[in-house]
Amino acid sequence: MKFIDEFRDPTLARALITQVRREVAAHPECRPVRLMEFCGGHTHAIFHFGLRQMLEGDVEMRSGPGCPVCVTAARDLDRAMALADAQPNVILTTFGDMVRVPGSRGTLQEIRAEGADVRIVYSPLDALALAQAHPDHEVIFLGVGFETTAPGIAAALLQAEQASTPNFSVLSLHKLTPPAMRAILDAGEVALDGIIGPGHVSAVIGSDAWAFLAEDYGMPCAVAGFEPLDLLSAIAALVHARVEGKPEVINTYARSVRAKGNPVAQGMLDQVFEVTAANWRGFGEVPASGLSLKATLAHRDAAQRFPVEVDPVEEPIGCRCGEVLRGVIDPTDCALFRRACTPRNPIGPCMVSAEGACAAYYKYGEPIAG
Amino acid sequence: MKTSAPEQVGPPAKRAARGRHAAAERVLLAHGSGGSLSHELIRDLFVRYFDNALLASMGDSAILDDLPPGRLALTTDSYVVQPLFFPGGDIGELAVCGTVNDLAVMGARPLYLTAGFILEEGLPMADLERVVVSMAATAREAGVQIVTGDTKVVDRGAADGLFINTAGVGVVPPGIELGPHRLQPDDVLLINGTVGDHGMAVMMQREGLTFGSSLQSDTAPLNGLIAHVLAELPDAVHWMRDATRGGVATVLNEWAEGTSLGIEIVESRIPVREEVRAACEFLGLDPLYTANEGKVIIAVAEESAPAALGILREHPRGREAAAIGRVTSDHPGRVTLETPYGARRIVQMLTGAQLPRIC
Repeated sequence: MKFIDEFRDPTLARALITQVRREVAAHPECRPVRLMEFCGGHTHAIFHFGLRQMLEGDVEMRSGPGCPVCVTAARDLDRAMALADAQPNVILTTFGDMVRVPGSRGTLQEIRAEGADVRIVYSPLDALALAQAHPDHEVIFLGVGFETTAPGIAAALLQAEQASTPNFSVLSLHKLTPPAMRAILDAGEVALDGIIGPGHVSAVIGSDAWAFLAEDYGMPCAVAGFEPLDLLSAIAALVHARVEGKPEVINTYARSVRAKGNPVAQGMLDQVFEVTAANWRGFGEVPASGLSLKATLAHRDAAQRFPVEVDPVEEPIGCRCGEVLRGVIDPTDCALFRRACTPRNPIGPCMVSAEGACAAYYKYGEPIAG
Repeated sequence: MKTSAPEQVGPPAKRAARGRHAAAERVLLAHGSGGSLSHELIRDLFVRYFDNALLASMGDSAILDDLPPGRLALTTDSYVVQPLFFPGGDIGELAVCGTVNDLAVMGARPLYLTAGFILEEGLPMADLERVVVSMAATAREAGVQIVTGDTKVVDRGAADGLFINTAGVGVVPPGIELGPHRLQPDDVLLINGTVGDHGMAVMMQREGLTFGSSLQSDTAPLNGLIAHVLAELPDAVHWMRDATRGGVATVLNEWAEGTSLGIEIVESRIPVREEVRAACEFLGLDPLYTANEGKVIIAVAEESAPAALGILREHPRGREAAAIGRVTSDHPGRVTLETPYGARRIVQMLTGAQLPRIC
């Protein structure tokens, strides 16, 4: 498959693995090189292609908070469920990943079974089309995602304005990734030698957005794509930066990511959203890390249009998703992992989402001898 | 086999007879009442197209008195696919193939089917006719007869257009015995072609995604192909399964869990159509877990594997057959996959539906 197979070439992949292993072997004081992949998509790709075991002992990979579903606060999920029940004519639309995540009163798919109108869409534009097809209903889109997803939602909001579709609104739970990375490094809970920067997020915000990692924290960062050669190039670059002691931001995903990112997408974000504090599961409130609708679009803000009261939520007893999201522990360090908490019966969100670290460890991480 | 237009099917005399009742263009509740509209529906659609003496006799059950020697196999399945018509197939073709294939993979020769229809009030009669025509054509291709059936009509909104249940009867010829108990270490796993075609074709149609427009479901009866292999290698074939819902990964996990054996597959050997790979990449899905409706996984004795592969490839339903892995006594209960980078990882059972990713 064009544009995919080139980045999966096994011969080149083996050569990169050998290069990494040789460089670490020549600098035993650096062994193991401890890297965090910010993005849940990277965690899954690393497992899927079996890269972890190919680098075992020389490079340690730690999952970061880059799973939008996982970092959505349970209270925000409760708010979404309350919205679905707020009025009889509400259609709550969401990306598929969200429907299985447990809030304090169950999941969206459970309230759907009880009669709430919850629908999975592939694009916020589908939700807008649904609103136009059902003028007697209030269509609310559950806006969950990072800088990658937010421009699409901004586009849907702008189109709704243009088309004067009155019955379309968004519950914006969008989050910004650089502040979360800063929060992890400020907390100092996890020792790292380098960061694999999120690929799709960086396509929007640009690789320069990560310059602070090198400048303020002396931390090398390699922005990476999602194919084996993308990831191995990023790992090789970070290992080299560690060995040389030269923190810098390296863009190994140049076919998608520019230094300044995507100005059109950024312009749309500026038109629609303003930066606010946001609640992250596992982090609590992180300043300037969320996007809420601008006052000019208050009529499209589901939080303002359908005010609902939800109680504070306590995390399930024993669930360590918060520590997993901050990179402090591996999923396997949680006592619930694979015992009480499985994809069939997830206790925390990291076991649910396709991008969740616990789901990746569960799906791929089991020892083969069994 | 593809659906022919309704007017090309059925004897001309019967078509003329139907003209008298052309008024009902949609299914009405009265069509399920048991009254005259029900009778007309049965006569003008089901009896007409399924076209066999057992059904035409309209008894309360069909008496099957000419069964060949062997053990009787019985199976049932319900079909609720949306959309009803998708590239490369429709719910009717699926309802015949699914049940025929469930019989065939057990080594049975499929003979007779039943067909139960649950129709939603308001279903266009033309759609129902198209489905029935397709079932008839598929049954003919598979060499089975649809000999008894049932029709119910439910209120608008109580069903999604049309649900079909089919049950099937077949006979396992003497000397054929397939089952998990016959799986052995070093058995080779064969598949008769590309994986994921059906699931992705339906998903692309359902979601209105157009970039994979050449994608076709692989819905097909496999009894011909399977009979061809069993005729040549009655003893070397140890077990078979059609890889429908949950795809190849799910079937292999069921095999591993049900035996004290492990399964090893090699990613680079699993045939996947270019369009399916692209669509899966785009949506964040895995072809290994994606549904097929015309694919069978066959475990054969190691020494017969090359011959079996050759026999499969002789048949039109097996041209792209491949050996994708083997049975092993290592890691009992586990399915592992060798990636192109030399790493090996576990292939888990899927827990819920595959859902597209957010970013």
